[in-house]
Amino acid sequence: MNEKDKAPRFVALCMLGVVLFNFPVLALFNVGGTVLGVPVLYAYIFAAWALLIALMALVAER
Amino acid sequence: MLLGPVIILAAFAYLGVLFAIAYYADQRADAGRPVIANPYVYSLSLAVYATAWTFYGSVGRAASDGIGFLPIYIGPTLMIALWWVVMRKILRISKQNRITSLADFIASRYGKSALLGGIVTVIAVIGILPYISLQLKAVSASYLILVQYPEVVMPPVLGEASVRQDPALWVALLLAAFTIAFGTRHLDAAEHHQGMVAAIAFESLVKLLAFLAVGIFVTFGMYNGFGDLFGRAAAVPKLKAMMTPLEGVAGGYASWVWLTILSMMAIMFLPRQFQVTVVENLDERHLNKAIWLFPVYMLAINVFVLPIAFGGLLHFPEGGVDADTFVLTLPMVEKQEGLALLVFIGGLSAATGMVIVETIALSTMVCNDLVMPVLLRMRSLALNEKPDLTGLLLGIRRGAIVLILLLGYLYFKLAGEAYALVSIGLISFAAVAQFAPVVLGGIFWKGGTRKGALCGLLGGFAVWSYTLLLPALARSGWLPIGLLEQGPFGIALLKPLALFGLSGLDQITHAMIWSMLANIGGYVGVSLVATPSVDEHRQASLFVDVFRQGGEAGGARFWRGTASVPELHSLLARFLGAAAADEAFEEYARSRGRRWRRDPLDADAELVHYVEVKLAGAIGAASARVMVASVVKEEAMTIDEVRTILDEASQVVVYSHRLEQKSRELEAATAELRAANERLKELDRLKDDFVSTVTHELRTPLTSIRAFTQILLEHPQVDAEQRSKFLGIITKETERLTRLINQVLDLSKIESGKAEWRESVLDLRELIGDAVTGMSQVFEERDIKIDVDVPEKATPVRADVDRIIQVMLNLLSNAAKFCEPGRGRIRVALKEEAGALRVEVRDNGPGIDPADQGVIFDKFRQVGDTLTAKPHGSGLGLHISRQIVEHFGGRMWVESRLGEGACFAFTLPHG
Repeated sequence: MNEKDKAPRFVALCMLGVVLFNFPVLALFNVGGTVLGVPVLYAYIFAAWALLIALMALVAER
Repeated sequence: MLLGPVIILAAFAYLGVLFAIAYYADQRADAGRPVIANPYVYSLSLAVYATAWTFYGSVGRAASDGIGFLPIYIGPTLMIALWWVVMRKILRISKQNRITSLADFIASRYGKSALLGGIVTVIAVIGILPYISLQLKAVSASYLILVQYPEVVMPPVLGEASVRQDPALWVALLLAAFTIAFGTRHLDAAEHHQGMVAAIAFESLVKLLAFLAVGIFVTFGMYNGFGDLFGRAAAVPKLKAMMTPLEGVAGGYASWVWLTILSMMAIMFLPRQFQVTVVENLDERHLNKAIWLFPVYMLAINVFVLPIAFGGLLHFPEGGVDADTFVLTLPMVEKQEGLALLVFIGGLSAATGMVIVETIALSTMVCNDLVMPVLLRMRSLALNEKPDLTGLLLGIRRGAIVLILLLGYLYFKLAGEAYALVSIGLISFAAVAQFAPVVLGGIFWKGGTRKGALCGLLGGFAVWSYTLLLPALARSGWLPIGLLEQGPFGIALLKPLALFGLSGLDQITHAMIWSMLANIGGYVGVSLVATPSVDEHRQASLFVDVFRQGGEAGGARFWRGTASVPELHSLLARFLGAAAADEAFEEYARSRGRRWRRDPLDADAELVHYVEVKLAGAIGAASARVMVASVVKEEAMTIDEVRTILDEASQVVVYSHRLEQKSRELEAATAELRAANERLKELDRLKDDFVSTVTHELRTPLTSIRAFTQILLEHPQVDAEQRSKFLGIITKETERLTRLINQVLDLSKIESGKAEWRESVLDLRELIGDAVTGMSQVFEERDIKIDVDVPEKATPVRADVDRIIQVMLNLLSNAAKFCEPGRGRIRVALKEEAGALRVEVRDNGPGIDPADQGVIFDKFRQVGDTLTAKPHGSGLGLHISRQIVEHFGGRMWVESRLGEGACFAFTLPHG
């Protein structure tokens, strides 16, 4: 990927992260219950975090 | 059974390993084969971010509010996504200006201001002290707990242990000695500490493995996996509430958001992060991998925080065990002494890593931006005349390291006991966040000025001291607690924890709101009002436009004056040592195609700038400026001149960019036109040639036909034998005419792409046989011997049978034509090649002159003297044959020497 194209993609990923880890999206998962035995909020945060890192790896290494 | 001596021995053994790694890496670096020059070590060294706070404190925080520890790691992940834009720029600027610390960066940006560098240093040192005290507290507490094994007893509160028995003091002194050995062995102009970076990367591995080991032990050893652990926790109402922590908590989201922002700043502006990310960076491209590897590290080290926290809360339901120590105490109550020792080592590695890098970074700042500027200005010391100052520089740094660690210890004694680990650390985060506006503003906004930066920093730092540092001291009993409860002099509006009546927020959020308001407000407001000086104007442009400047020489444009080479050399030698100075001058001379000490060097603006930048690496930008100014006579430039240069430069850059682009476009268009014109001319010429050749070729048989028909017409009395001979000639000539016309039509079809191709899979052996049989009559007539040499099996090819037969017949008849009747021999061979089949037709005729071999495939080219020899055929056969072969992806060529026959060959790719 062209170096120039990387900048907007990274900025977009940062914004995605800001949305994922903020009110109100965070509030949607701030509920009881579990996913595979793990409380929903914890599961969501770690899954979203892993997803964000994977996308960053994709952009960085292309 | 663990005993104090065993633990201490293990700790020393671990430090010994670290030292060995650092020593090895330094050796390799000196030999020019660095071990740390790869993105993986770089990423691991960034993980110095994870300190004892992460190792012990995260669990403590998680045990009180569930996910409250996570913004500290999610924030950096978000910030790192922006590194491509922000950090790449900082890296480029720092490399071009030999920036060696954060203070240097800020001072350099705002006109190489020594005052600003000093202030940044003071803020950084004071701001980081709580953070260092946190590490000391964690290490000494973990030792005091572990030494009680197998009992789990919290360490005695402050005051009960005398200073001499206090492990924290010993830890501080030991770390000081260790850091001095690591970081100040010699003076490097680029401030690279490769040995230290290697050791830090190793420490990052150790602390990660230790933490994962505890996590796995708690989750799968003490409980049956995540589900079991969280299920049991959910049965306890208090713990169940922690699973949805964001509701009901006052300012739950605000605190989450501010912690995220705070750690976004911390990952950039903690002095140690700046050190490993920027100063120790060997290659900008390492950023590519670090951008995702470092977040992966943070994710990995956090996976087991919540399980350990819940495990601890379930195991010690009655309290009495500090949650900050769960990582250590859980293995202890389970009688896992090996694991407990590993945890202690892990915590030690987390703490030592932080302390080593942080104190090296701070000591560089203290030396370059605080002490040296002052010493250099003291005329009574006459430092300018000393021949070698490297010893002094190292001495100052070593002193600074000891001082900083002792101050950290002092803070620990004064204020450390009242707070949990994370709360102590956050105070430091809030302090370094004060650097964010001046740095980020500095690299993206040319309008930021020195006065603005001073106001912003001082304002933000003042508010930080008032709202965070003061309460910390008051809570520990060193200031009257009334200050917090009633406000100073009883003025409620000035209460440090509810400034101007802003209440209902947690302490950090409250402090961040007010300090950022003061900081950004002061920076932007004053910058807009104040007029920048010449230096500021120049530096602003160099920083903001770093990607548009032409390398290190960019700064030389702004200098006018006179200097002498020996003076510049001796200046560099005083601070770097003679050998390093020689090396630097050699490098400079080489870059200009000269030899140092052999060819004269000009003491021009570029050399002066080069020396200043080199010097900045050792003593900081502000001091370097002062020193260089002391040996050169500088002509002051007015601000208008600088502005003119800048404006001219940027306008010229823009213009020349545009011009270049225009002329590139024009050139491309011209080249295209020229090529098209050439092609048209060529086509025109070819058409003319073609028409004239065709008409010529048509006229020859026509003339002969006309002549003979005329004879027959005018002389009806010609006898029967003669008549039939004439008619035979006429028939032959018409056949020739027909053939020629057919070939011309064929050629025009092929060339215009209208020819019909019927592709099928065919066996070349069969095809060769058919062609040879078809020609057998001709061979017999001319008494020519023919050999066919085909293998037993041949890979089939895809092509048009009729066309390939046409090619074969053409080659065979050509061969027959050129063979001497009676002695002719033709050999046809079929051979397998890589990916293709090759057909050869070899004759023993006169051969073809190498000079003609290139053109015989052209239209109407016939070899031989056309004046004496009658042409054989139309001259189109070979041309058409080659077109056919090339259509099917093959190629056709001839090998021959005069007098030795000719070999025509073609290939067809496997079908």
